[in-house]
Order: sequence, then C-alpha cells, then structure tokens
Amino acid sequence: MSTTARTVLAVATVFVLLCATASAKTSAGAALYDLDCASCHGQTLAGRSGMGPSLRGVGAGPVDFYLSTGRMPLQDPRDEPTRSPPLLNARQRSAVTSFISSFGGPPAPSADPQAGNLSAGQHLFTSDCAGCHQVVARGGLTVGADVPDLRAPSARQIAEAVRMGPYLMPRFGPRQLSQRQLDSLVRYVLWTRRPDNAGGWSIDNLGPIPEGIIAWLLGMAVLALIARLIGERTDA
Amino acid sequence: MSRAQRFVSWNEQRFGSAKGVRWLLRYVFPDHWSFLLGEVALYAFIVLVITGIFLALFYQPSDTHMIYHGSYTLLDGQQISEAYHSVLNLSLTVPAGLLMRQTHHWAADVFLAAIVLHVMRVFFTGAFRKPRDVNWFVGLTMLMLAIFEGFAGYSLGDDLMSGMGLAIAYSVAMSVPLIGAQLAHLLWDGSFPGGSDFLPRLEIAHALLIPAALAGLISVHLALIMRQHHSQFPGRGRKESNVVGTPMWPGYALRSIGLLLAVAGILFLLGGLVQINPIWQWGPYEPYLSTNGAQPDWYIGWLIGALRLMPNFEPTIAGHTPIPNPFWGGVAFPGVVFTILFFWPAAERRFSGDRRRHDLLDRPRDKPQRTALGAALLSWVVLIFAVGAADRVSFRLNISYAAQIHVWRVGVWVVPVVVYLLSLSAARALQRSGAHPLRGSPRVRLRRRPSGEFELVDAGSPSPEIHERSGGHGERRCERTTE
Repeated sequence: MSTTARTVLAVATVFVLLCATASAKTSAGAALYDLDCASCHGQTLAGRSGMGPSLRGVGAGPVDFYLSTGRMPLQDPRDEPTRSPPLLNARQRSAVTSFISSFGGPPAPSADPQAGNLSAGQHLFTSDCAGCHQVVARGGLTVGADVPDLRAPSARQIAEAVRMGPYLMPRFGPRQLSQRQLDSLVRYVLWTRRPDNAGGWSIDNLGPIPEGIIAWLLGMAVLALIARLIGERTDA
Repeated sequence: MSRAQRFVSWNEQRFGSAKGVRWLLRYVFPDHWSFLLGEVALYAFIVLVITGIFLALFYQPSDTHMIYHGSYTLLDGQQISEAYHSVLNLSLTVPAGLLMRQTHHWAADVFLAAIVLHVMRVFFTGAFRKPRDVNWFVGLTMLMLAIFEGFAGYSLGDDLMSGMGLAIAYSVAMSVPLIGAQLAHLLWDGSFPGGSDFLPRLEIAHALLIPAALAGLISVHLALIMRQHHSQFPGRGRKESNVVGTPMWPGYALRSIGLLLAVAGILFLLGGLVQINPIWQWGPYEPYLSTNGAQPDWYIGWLIGALRLMPNFEPTIAGHTPIPNPFWGGVAFPGVVFTILFFWPAAERRFSGDRRRHDLLDRPRDKPQRTALGAALLSWVVLIFAVGAADRVSFRLNISYAAQIHVWRVGVWVVPVVVYLLSLSAARALQRSGAHPLRGSPRVRLRRRPSGEFELVDAGSPSPEIHERSGGHGERRCERTTE
C-alpha cells in the first residue's frame, strides 16, 4: 500500500471509530431521552400540546441549561421549572444533549467573562436584567414567575439562559446582545457574588427590607433595652 | 473663694443665672424607663445633625451629567449625575465619609423608630390629655416632618433606588385630585425626572428647612414639657398635685448623658459595621433603569404597602379620572391615620365626658376602650406596612403573591377587629387581676413572727424626690420625702 492509501485508511478508521463513539453516545442519549423526556416532548421530539414544546432544532444550549440546572425533567409540566440538583450526571447529560442537537440547531452559547468589561456589564444588567433579577442579582418576583437569585449558575449557564430566554425570561439573540456584551454581562453577574461591600456586613445586598429589620432589632430594640436597664420601673 | 464659687458668682453677676440654674438642676423627672424613648429620638436627632453637617460639605445637588473615571471600576466610563458622583466619592473616597453616611442613615431609621415607640407610649398611657394635647400636636407634626425629611434624604443620592422612589412619589403627587398635575410639575420643576432646580430644592428642604423646623418644634416640645412638667404613673406618694422622681442634678442628667452616649455609640457601631444603602452597588438612576424589589426606608413602607394593597379602583367620568389610584394609598391612607391621631384628644374628651386636667398617667388597662382602639389602629397600619414586603415573602417562603394580596385585602379589616376584641378583654382581665403583663402578679412579701403568724411586709423603695405642684401656677416646691 502506498503512503497515501495508508493515510486514507487511517483517517477512515479514525472517522468510523469516532462516528461509532458518537452514535453510541447518541444512542445512549436516545435511550435516556425516551426514559426522561419523551413523555412530554414526544418520541420524535416534535412536542406534545399542553405538555412540552418541540425540541427539534433547539440546539445544545437549552438542553444543557435545563438539564444541568436540574430544571428538567419536570414532575408536572404545569410547574414552574426551578433550579434543583440535576437528575442526570454530566456524562448522561452530554449524551442527551448530543442526541437532541443531532436534530439540528445552533451550537451551545458560551461566555468568556475575562473578555468582558465590568462597567459595561453593570449597565447592561441594570437596563435589561435588574428589573426582574434585582440590581445585585439577588432575584425576586415578577408577574407569573419567581426570578432566580443568580449566585448559583455557572458562566456557561448564564450565557445559555440569556441566549434562550427560559420560561418567562426574554430571549437576547446576537442582534440584541453581541458576544462581547454577553461576556460583559456574565462578568458582572459573577462580580455580584462578591460585590464590594465597603460598608461592612452586607445584609444580603437587598437594601431597605433587611436594613429596616436591623434598624429595629439591632438599633431600636437594643436602645429600648438600655432605656429599660437605666430607667426605673413603677413600683405600682 | 473656691474656684467653683468664683465661677458661680462670675455668672451670677453677669447673667443672674443662679435662680434659673437652680430651678433646672432641681427639675424633677418622674422615673419610668419608657419616658426615655423620646430621649432616644432626641439623641438620634443630634447624631443626625452632626453627621448631616459632614455630609452637606460634600454633597453636590446637580443633575448635570458627567462621565465617571474614578477609582471605582464597576462604574468606569458610565454617564452619572454630579449628585450621584458626589455621594459615590463621599462613600468610597472621602476619609470617614462612608462611616458618616451610614451612621446618618442608621440614625434616621432609629430616629423614626424611636418617635413611633414614643408616640405609642404617649398614646397608650393617655399622656396626650389636657394640658399636654398641644404637645401631642407638636409631636405628631414632628413625626410627619421626620417622614418627609427621611424620604428627601433617601432621594438625594440620585442612585437607582432613590430615583425609583421619586418616580413613585411623583405619581402620588400627580394623583392628588384637581391640582395633582400642576403640583407635581411645580415641585419637580417640570415633568419627571424633574428640572435642574429639583435636586437643589430637595437639598434645601432636607438640609435646612425641615431640620430647622424640627429643631424649632423640638425646642417647643421640650419647653412645653418643662412648663407643664412631666406626667407620671400613679404610685406610692404620687398625686395629681406632685411629681415624684429624680432631680436633674445629681441624678437624672448623668443618666440622660449615658443614654446620649449609648445612642451615639450604637449608631456609630451600626454605621461602621453594617452596610446600609450601598449606592455604589445600586448604580446611577436613569428613567429607563430599574431594579426588582426596590423599597423605601422602613418608615415609608406603610405607604408602599397601601399602594400595593389598594384594589384597581379608578373610575373615569366623562373621559376624566377624578381620583387616580395612587391617591388612596399614598395620600388618603396616611391622611386618615394622622387625622385620627390629631383628633384623638378632642374625640376622647367628647366621648368620655372627661374634660379635666390629667397629670397622672393611665396604665393601658385603665382605659380598655382607648387601648383596644389604639391597638386596632396600630395593627391596621402594621399589617399594611407588612404587605409592602409581600413580594419578598413570596420569593423567600414560596407563598403566592396574589394569594397574599387577596387575603390581606380582607385581612386588614378583619385583623384590627380581632385585635380590638382581644385587647379589650386583655385590658379588662388585667384590670381584674392586677397582674403585670410581663412580670405576672404583684409580689407580696410576708414575714413570719416568732409566734408563728404571718404579717404583710411592704417592699420599701428608696425615697424619691417629691415635687409639689401648686395649682399649675408655675410655683414649685421641692422636698425629699422621709418615709
């Protein structure tokens, strides 16, 4: 055999082996899909009305987001998906992701926080996100949904959520938010985990509600106690 | 002559001050710890003035925008107002600036808390009755001014939270029937977020006009107390005609100075250790920016609760909206509460038929109707206040927001009735039993005689100062009892 033929054969072997691995992974993913997802999203990923949307063409991002944050599978399709320990381990999730993304769709989004600008991220977050997520990303309530505290998700999960818009959250595609803006946004969200608490005890960076509790319990209550100790009581 | 004598005679020859000083030093304070709550408010006010002067040296009331290039990288390159910039610098660059700002803010929160507790003490002990009804009006006026004062201060920073608070205040001003639009336009120097005169006006109100009014009213408040003398709880040796307690010197002044130091100490400790209103985290305000869970300081919380709780009631008549919805929660609700409080002394005189002068206080149980109605009013306000945080309750405890609002729209009318009935029966039960609500039944000391029989021993108390009133003519005689 010529060198060329040998090279071709080697490349072909590697390709076949890779395909086999991939298809093994895909078929493992298909089995997991049938077990954990198909009851709502349908055997053919076409979705079932009133149960779950079609997953054809969603790509890897949403699948990874929902599975790695434990939001899927849902016990009841009417529930609001909330963050919980993932049901599938990393290998299983990757298998399901490659199975679902084999039906097409964009590649998984990602973000590089180091490439972002913190100040730009803060401004983007306050104009587009803080209305629901709270300015220091501590979460809150909006009409129809709980808005999660953003101290838990990874940079990748944040990027996936921004690009997809899970549940009631709006979707921010590349036309609304460039990759660099996304990097900045993620950088800011990661910053909020350890914000600059120059004033001391942060009391959760929530503002007036914990401040009022402290004012009454550590301020007024202690002073009332002192008044009680140094003041007299009636002998009546 | 000793140095002290020389000092006294120096003063006496110039000011003739000996008589007044003697009167002041012999002024008798009736003793009860709850009388100190008003003093806590007074001392918090002093801390507010001192820290406020410091802050005023650095604050810039200007909405001119600039691009920030300071030490704080989070906001580097952003458009911010000079007002926000000055508070940012005050917080992060000026030495001791953050300590002063935080102490000022904690002092405001505690100032209002102490006033509210003091008002409750005065109400539930009937200290607002003739001749102290005028001082009750002075006190309530100060409470209203203090609420405005706190809100104005919170709004000066031009940060995200203060801007959102002003947006709500603007809507409430707009909602006043007939004159609302002009009123808001006048106050804000234009439509929201206001013209360039707005922040200077707010600063003059916050740093000069309202504090001056408060200082003047505090003087009137204290002068009236000195003139009319303190009221006191009934007890051994205490009559309508005397005042039993500790004289200013050497007893009461030291205790009061101790309380001043305690108030200042706690407020500066809070200011140094616990972060409050971190405006560098909120960022600057622009009308298109917002944050979830924005809240006012606690003493405005009752109005936020009322705005949230008020059903969507906004009738339109011939294309006009005579009373926009924010009016009910933002204006009518506090208006009703303060009207009740202002008219209470007159109403009580009328309904009880008791128009006499009262220098002896009631215990809450002594007037079950007053106590029960007051408790009902208080529970009404406190519930509406608590509903202002329903979103946080929903988020933390997973109780549906809509369900909370539906329940409390009924609950704020039911709970006060229940509180009224419970307080009424509690007051009556305490009246019958004579027990102390916290300490239980009065302790009785018995002594056993050698013969075996028991006799009642009165627990003697240290001899207090007695100050005889003489018919309210201002002449007073001090004497020490020798029991």
